[in-house]
Amino acid sequence: MLSTVLHFSGLAATGDFVRPRIDYHAMAPEMILAAGICVVLLVDLFVEESKRWLTATIAGLFLIGSLIPIVTLALIGDDTRSMFDGRYVVDQFSLIMKAMFLIIGYVVVLLSTNEIEEGGYHQGEYYVLLLASVLGMVMMTSSRDLVSVFVAFEFLSIPTYMLAAWRKRDSKSNEAGVKYFLLGVFASAIMLYGMSLLYGVSQSTKLTDISAYLSAHSTTGVVALSIVFIVVGFAFKVSAVPFHSWAPDTYQGAPTPVTAFLSVASKAGGFVALVSMVYLTFPSAKDVWQPFIFVLAALTMTIGNVLALKQTNIVRMLAYSSISQGGFILMPFVVAGTKAAETSLKTIVVYLLVYASTNLGVFAVVIAVARRTRSGEISSYGGMLTWAPGLTALMTFFLASLAGIPPFGGWFAKLNAFRAVLEAGTGFGYAIAIIGAVNTVVAFGYYGNLMREMWMKPSVDGDNSPVRTPPSLLAALGITGIATLVLGILPQLVLRFGDLNDLVHTGALGK
Amino acid sequence: MDVLRNNNWLLTVGTFLPVLGVIVMVFIPKGKELLIKQVALLTATATLVIGAVTLALFKYGSAGKLQFVVDTSWIPVIHSNYTIGLDGVSLPLYILSMVVTVLVMIYSWDHIPAPGNPKAFLSLMLILQVGMAGTFIAQDLILFFVFFELVLLPMYFMIGVWGGEQRQYASLKFFLYTMFGSALMLVAFLALFWQVQKTNPDASFSIPYLIDHAGDLSRSTQIWIFAGMFIGFAVKVPMFPFHTWLPDAHTQAPTQGSVILAAILLKLGTYGFIRIAIPILPKAAVAWAPYIGALAVIGIIYGALGCLAQTDMKRLIAFSSVAHMGFVMLGIATLTPLGVNAAVFGMVAHGLITGMLFFVAGSVKDRYHTLEIKRLGGMLKQMPKLGWILGFCAMASLGLPGLAGFWGEFPAIVSAYSPFGGNSGLPGVSKEVFRVFMVIAAVGTVLAAGYLLWLFQRVAFGEPKDEFADHASDGHGAVHAVGAAVNETEIHGAGHGDIHDVKLTEWIAWSPFLIAIVVLGVYPNLLFKVIDPASQTILKAFGKG
Repeated sequence: MLSTVLHFSGLAATGDFVRPRIDYHAMAPEMILAAGICVVLLVDLFVEESKRWLTATIAGLFLIGSLIPIVTLALIGDDTRSMFDGRYVVDQFSLIMKAMFLIIGYVVVLLSTNEIEEGGYHQGEYYVLLLASVLGMVMMTSSRDLVSVFVAFEFLSIPTYMLAAWRKRDSKSNEAGVKYFLLGVFASAIMLYGMSLLYGVSQSTKLTDISAYLSAHSTTGVVALSIVFIVVGFAFKVSAVPFHSWAPDTYQGAPTPVTAFLSVASKAGGFVALVSMVYLTFPSAKDVWQPFIFVLAALTMTIGNVLALKQTNIVRMLAYSSISQGGFILMPFVVAGTKAAETSLKTIVVYLLVYASTNLGVFAVVIAVARRTRSGEISSYGGMLTWAPGLTALMTFFLASLAGIPPFGGWFAKLNAFRAVLEAGTGFGYAIAIIGAVNTVVAFGYYGNLMREMWMKPSVDGDNSPVRTPPSLLAALGITGIATLVLGILPQLVLRFGDLNDLVHTGALGK
Repeated sequence: MDVLRNNNWLLTVGTFLPVLGVIVMVFIPKGKELLIKQVALLTATATLVIGAVTLALFKYGSAGKLQFVVDTSWIPVIHSNYTIGLDGVSLPLYILSMVVTVLVMIYSWDHIPAPGNPKAFLSLMLILQVGMAGTFIAQDLILFFVFFELVLLPMYFMIGVWGGEQRQYASLKFFLYTMFGSALMLVAFLALFWQVQKTNPDASFSIPYLIDHAGDLSRSTQIWIFAGMFIGFAVKVPMFPFHTWLPDAHTQAPTQGSVILAAILLKLGTYGFIRIAIPILPKAAVAWAPYIGALAVIGIIYGALGCLAQTDMKRLIAFSSVAHMGFVMLGIATLTPLGVNAAVFGMVAHGLITGMLFFVAGSVKDRYHTLEIKRLGGMLKQMPKLGWILGFCAMASLGLPGLAGFWGEFPAIVSAYSPFGGNSGLPGVSKEVFRVFMVIAAVGTVLAAGYLLWLFQRVAFGEPKDEFADHASDGHGAVHAVGAAVNETEIHGAGHGDIHDVKLTEWIAWSPFLIAIVVLGVYPNLLFKVIDPASQTILKAFGKG
């Protein structure tokens, strides 16, 4: 790390430093978000307490605002915009991922509005940190250099440590934050060590250079070690078993909107980073990471599922469910080094999109229900068909999507994932497909349990007073519900945007 | 495969129209039950009208071809298209699904089962209709899979929410069995696609395409792929070792659920065999045929013996479904046009007759609040009309000539005499095996007569049992609201404890069934002439007519 910095400053000192060309259009989303952070901070300073809700609105507006340049970039065409010597690249992959992170951010703002306002938390700071984390994710999608990957990774992580502990007076929330922080920095340290080894071997921090080096040289022990360390670091972030132990406690302790953000955006951020590592940096060293990721994926989907089966708290159940879903997202990585590489990459993108819309929807319902029941127990969902038929129907959609039942998004994501691993035709591919298929059926155990609770059980205390859902939550439910349904019925609408020729053909995969 | 594309909007509209009704119903407050029922019935009727138009525009001269075909891009990434079409095999089932939905809606007018909530109940029914109709028109494996799965959740909730005492157990069992089956089915579809893609880079999931191109796969490959499909479809049928979900699901489901389950849902499995497994994988079909035939006759005998042992009327009817679907599967296993014609006819007839029997069982339950056979009796004295309807359905179900049931069973048995069209050139199967099946199946019809007549005798003959003897109302068909008499256990039905004869809504809902049973029984050619060209086409891989 230090040497990298010296390396750059050394360049500057010798005088042949040329000011890099900055493509302002390509950088516009990041710049708008950065501006948003400043504006929210200032508004929070100068607006009186009763009008602090403005910060949520402004944060939401900036998130939508930074979507505009993404749309224009996507409309202009398919040329890859490469900056800083190819270390920061805006291509189709990064555009679609950026759009996803911004929409996730917007939905999380919608989820947070009432929760944070009514809880009397520090609203301004909350949205500043949220925007900062989203900015980190947006940067992650374009990072093509070990340094920028690491910076983006920390940028997206550090705000979430604080967000997890946002309910200051609640010891559970403090526990959540501290646990997440300690394990998070531990993982970062391991990952950084791996990166430094990789830099030491290849003499470059640029991902494509490292890739070229690795494919030209045979894999040494140091390289293997560095790859394992890097994957372990990201495995923490995506809460892959056995690096998942922080997730249930953190999810349960954190405010629910933050949990939604962690389980969707932060996890997706980890996966984006893993994509840039596995597909761009060390695809040729697949002897090292393929068995490793295979074991991770198999353990993650299985153990996540088995532990989810016996949970009685809804958020803990969803925590294990999202661990298990993470295992399914890891599944296509297993065949990243085979002829199915292109399919598997697209599969990951599709899975992330479907998972994001579905899981945010689930948390939106959880938040809406918790406003009435003030309980996190699964049994408090009893009789929901009577007192909240609309929410019941939506929750059923989302759960069916997570379980992979048509016609909701999840079925297509799962089908695609199976297709990718089977297309590879390798032993690992077939093995993970079988494990995944068994887990798909097992998963219905807990999703179906919640459905049964909502539809078939009587309400806990005979209280059938209806639930009142504030407009911002309704909007979040609408966005996620429609996205889940559309992704399931007309997946092609979204798949078009995920064609990803750039990453596939200009990246390491093309070689 | 040449197809007819005119009027191709019909199927899409006919399939997805119920969704419109559901969307409208979402915006109606839960309290306005009458309006909800009206909208639901209107939607179902409008769907049926589209079905009638389809029936009118269908070109019967070319019933062997797919008609009203639409073939547009759906998910190009996985080579799956929105391919739909209708031929002589799917037409009767497609229309039957619409008819059944309308009639069940009419029945539901004053029979919303506990715990009420017609909005959710009727919405689920409409979604169910989309899935059922869609399965029958889908000509693409992935599309078929989506529709096939679409019926799963609504039926799960219908049993689990509005069902009987053990509804949660029954609904979960139904769900897990079917989901397990369809998971294997999907794997088989994917495997099939890759195997075909190896030699045809432009392969797709289109069923007509696969019929043309999958026949070249090696016999062993076909057998494995067939195995996956077999389990998926056999669970749904249900065939012998996979049938155990059915008695529970049927017994616990509300009347409407039982009727839809019996009339349509079970047919999705047999239809899958006829539409997908057999024409796409002919070599495997020949290899599997004796085993399917064996399981089918085991099902016939096992179902009949199961019936004889039942003490619950609804459970008995459920077991009789296992036996009847055994005849359908036997017809399919012969791989002859006669057998497949019999199978499709049997599917329609079983849908009408067993659907009707479940209606009667539901009405008996409404009146007596029990279906225990030994507590029932003397129905002909108390409710002669209902009693005779039960007798009529029992006769139809046991295969009395002149009623619809006969034309499903008799040709199936006959076709087993010379499987594969009397052509012994097909390898691997001896005709003698099928002749043994034929004899066993014939014994099954005797057993069917036994359990059905015994049921009718116990339930309808004799004197009413003491506990119900003084419940009779003073006039047949009269509706009395005895408000105070309604206790916790009696909230089923319209809320009056009196035992009365067939009501108006019941007459409206039932008479089309009864008429159809007679009409198809007297003039079976009405259906056979539609089915036959299509089954000839489907079996063309077996090289004869």
